Amino acid sequence: MIPQESRTLHSNQLVNEEPLSDNFLKRGFNITNYVLGNEVSSLINLHSVRKVFQTKDGEVKAVDTVDLNIKQGEIYGIIGYSGAGKSTLIRILNMLERPTSGTVTIGGKNMSELSSKKLREARQEISMIFQHFNLLWSRTVRENIAFPLEIAGYPKDKIKKRVDELIDLVGLEGRGGSYPSQLSGGQKQRVGIARALANNPKVLLCDEATSALDPKTTDSILDLLVEINQKLGLTIVLITHEMHVIRKICHRVAVMEKGKVVEEGDVLNVFKNPKESITKDFVKQVTEPEETVDTIKQFIEEFPEGRIVQLTFVGGRAGQPLITELIRNFEVDVNILQGKITQTQNGPYGTLFIQIKGSEAALSNAMEFLNSVQVEVEVIHNA
Amino acid sequence: MLSSWFTNVQWDVVLEATKETLYMSAISVLVTFVLGLALGLALYLTAPGNLWENKFLNSIIAIIVNVFRSIPFIILIILLIPFTRFIVGTMLGAEAALPALIVGAAPFYARMVEIALREINKGVIEAAKSMGATNTQIIFKVLIPESTPALVSGITVTAIALVSYTAMAGVVGAGGLGNLAYMEGYQRDNADVTLVSTVLILVIVFVIQWIGDRFTTALDKR
Repeated sequence: MIPQESRTLHSNQLVNEEPLSDNFLKRGFNITNYVLGNEVSSLINLHSVRKVFQTKDGEVKAVDTVDLNIKQGEIYGIIGYSGAGKSTLIRILNMLERPTSGTVTIGGKNMSELSSKKLREARQEISMIFQHFNLLWSRTVRENIAFPLEIAGYPKDKIKKRVDELIDLVGLEGRGGSYPSQLSGGQKQRVGIARALANNPKVLLCDEATSALDPKTTDSILDLLVEINQKLGLTIVLITHEMHVIRKICHRVAVMEKGKVVEEGDVLNVFKNPKESITKDFVKQVTEPEETVDTIKQFIEEFPEGRIVQLTFVGGRAGQPLITELIRNFEVDVNILQGKITQTQNGPYGTLFIQIKGSEAALSNAMEFLNSVQVEVEVIHNA
Repeated sequence: MLSSWFTNVQWDVVLEATKETLYMSAISVLVTFVLGLALGLALYLTAPGNLWENKFLNSIIAIIVNVFRSIPFIILIILLIPFTRFIVGTMLGAEAALPALIVGAAPFYARMVEIALREINKGVIEAAKSMGATNTQIIFKVLIPESTPALVSGITVTAIALVSYTAMAGVVGAGGLGNLAYMEGYQRDNADVTLVSTVLILVIVFVIQWIGDRFTTALDKR
C-alpha cells in the first residue's frame, strides 16, 4: 500500500525530536516573508479550469474558466452565494471533482495527471475540513484524529504521540475519549482541524468550515485557523458565503458568481474599492449593518440641515483622530450618526457617517480637508 | 414432574433436535454473514456514484439477489436438491440443510447490508478520500465500522429468519426441532411434543433477539 521510502519519510517527520514549537518558528519564517511583502512563489495555480456537469436539463457550468494563483502561506478566501460553484472549485483542488478542462498545479504537481497512487500521496498533503465536520461517529476523538495517520501507515506508538500533540494544538485536552456525538459543533470542528493537520499538510482546504456554527464559535474556529496559519505556515484556501469570514482571516479574496471569478484581490483593497455589484453586496454585509440605511434615511427626514457624509477609512487612517482635527480647525459642528471599524488581515477598515453643519465656506473647507487626508468621502445628503 | 405432564416427550430426542437446530442456525448465520456482507458491499459499491460504479455488474448482482430472495424457501430447498447432493453428498441430516439455508438467507441479508451502507453519510467517505485513503481502507475503516449497528441488527433479523427456515428444512429431512414438531408431534398426534418444540424455538429466537439488541445498543455511538 504505502511504499517503504515514503513511510520512512513520514516517520522521520513524526519522530522529529525537536519540540513542535521550534518547527513552528522555522516555518513561521515563511509567513514573515509573506507579511513583509517579499516575493513568494505561488503554491497553487489554476489555469482556465472548467467543470461542466451533464444534467437532464442540459449542461451546467459549475466552474467556468477560472484562473487563480494562491501563494505559499496565505489565507485565500473564495466567496459566493450558494450555487456559485465555489464548492465544486475547492473539490477540484484535491481532485474530489475532476475538472472538465484546464490545469491545477499544486506545489509543482499537475494534479489531474497524477496516477491514483500519486494522487493519494498528494492528498495527504492537501487536507480538508468540512461544513458538517464529517467525523466518523464510530470512533472517539483520538481515533478520529488517528484516522489519517492509519491511512498513511504510521506505527501505533507514533500515532499516539502525534495525536497527543494535535489534541493540545486544537485545545481538546481531556476530550480524547469522547465520541463525536458527545461534542459541541465547535469541538467537532476542532477534531476536524486536528485530523486535517495530522499528516503535516502543506495546504488546508476549508469547505464552509464555519457555516454550521454560531457566531461566537465561528470566531473561535477562525482564530484557530489564523493561529495554525501563522504557527505552521500552512496555506489555507477557504470557501464561504459570509464576508465576515473573509474580513476576519483572509489575506486575499476571490468573488465567485455563476461559476466565474468576477473579482479578486487583497481583502483590504476589495473592501475599499469593490467593483462588481455582488462584491459591494458582500462588503456591505460587514461594513453596513442592515439598519444603517434606515437609520440614516430617518435622520435625514428629521434633521435635513447640513451635510451627511460617509467617510471610509482604510489602513492607518482608521486609527487617527480625524474628527477632532475637523472640529478644531474648521467652524463646523459635527454630529456622529453611525460608525464602525472593521479589522482585516491587511489592516483596519472603517466607515463613519457624520452630519456636518456650518456656514457654506466652512463646509467646503472641511470637505476639502477630508478629501486631502486619504479618506474616501461620499456626500450622501446635501441640504 | 415434567414426565407426568409431557408423557410423549423423549427428552434425549428433544435435546438432540435442539442441538441440530442450533448447529444449523449457527453455521448458516456465520456463512450468511460473510456471504451477505460481500454481496451487499458489491451491490453498494457498484451502484451509481459509488467507489466501483459499474452498471452492468450492479444489475447482475441485483438480479441474482432478487431472484433468490423471492423464491419461497420450501421451494428453494427442492430446487437445490441436485446442488446439495453434489456438495454434501446426501439430502438427509442437518448438514444437508445448510446449502439451502445459506442460499436463501444470504441475498436477504445482502439487501440489508446494502441499506445499512447507503445510510452512511457520503461526506464521511469524501473525507476519507480527501485524506488519500485507498478503496480497501475506505471499505474496512469507514464503510463497515460506520454501519456496524445496522449490520448487527440486520444479522439478528436474518438469524431469526434462519431459525424458522431450519424448521422448514426439518420437514424435508434435515432434523432439528422443526422435524421433531412435525414428525413426532403433528404426524403422531402428540400435541405435547409440538408444544415443547415450539417453546424451544421461541426461546432460541428470544435469546438471539436479546443478544442482537444488546450488541446494537453497545455499538451505536451516534
